Amino acid sequence: MATQLDESVVGMTSSPQEFEVERGAIRRFAEAVGDPNPLYHDEAHARACGYAGLLAPPTFPTTFRVALPIEIDAARILHGEQEYAYTRPIVAGDVIRCATTIRSVRQREGSLGKMTIVVIETTGTDRAGQPVFTGTSTIIVH
Amino acid sequence: MPQLDWSTITVGQELPPLVKPPITKKQLVMYAGASGDFNLIHTDVETAREVGLPGIIAHGMLSMGFLAHYAGELVGDQGFVQRLKVRFSGMVFPGDVLTCRAKVTAKDEQARTITLKLSAEREADKPLTSGEAVLQLRNQS
Repeated sequence: MATQLDESVVGMTSSPQEFEVERGAIRRFAEAVGDPNPLYHDEAHARACGYAGLLAPPTFPTTFRVALPIEIDAARILHGEQEYAYTRPIVAGDVIRCATTIRSVRQREGSLGKMTIVVIETTGTDRAGQPVFTGTSTIIVH
Repeated sequence: MPQLDWSTITVGQELPPLVKPPITKKQLVMYAGASGDFNLIHTDVETAREVGLPGIIAHGMLSMGFLAHYAGELVGDQGFVQRLKVRFSGMVFPGDVLTCRAKVTAKDEQARTITLKLSAEREADKPLTSGEAVLQLRNQS
């Protein structure tokens, strides 16, 4: 039984989870997207550009499968919008601590009937406690 | 695809598009594995039809990945993609050829950022995924 999806869940935050960024995972991700950027494949090139290791592509945090603070039936979810904002790129070797927070819940009548629009924020901080990225997902629950 | 040139780039400019190769079912299986999104509507036709889809559909995040590929190639090794935001408005299927387009909407000399309006489309002027990227370029020392 999924949690009641209404304003009462706004502000709820998941327990933090740590994700180790592995260079093999970066390469496989870039390969699946068909993105040959040498920063994601060639460590020597990434280092020559001043990075500690391979860079992760901008959408790489999608691989951090962070639990939500509430249960939502995956079969009823449509992905409406996604945003990633960075203070610095993620690099191989980073250990990113992530947590998700429910930012808003809105009900709307749409073409699929009654829908609930949920905005979920994911924050990622590094081992030094510095923020690295913020992900914002808008999902439509129908 | 050449990196963009800070000195010549202007607001309103349309950049050379990136045409991605046709999306294949194999690519969707690879993306499922690499991303950890194992929703079977992206890889299993029976599951897709059960939920009323005409067939398997590509992950929305794959299209966002295409726009990230484009934005990353434009900034090259001059900096990084500081922000990427997209809206998913249309379904993408295996066999689709997506063209990524960008138009410069802002150039901030102080912050050394370039803002792009982005879209990925199968047919001209019908974006399936659209959004915005901010490219952060390093200060020249």
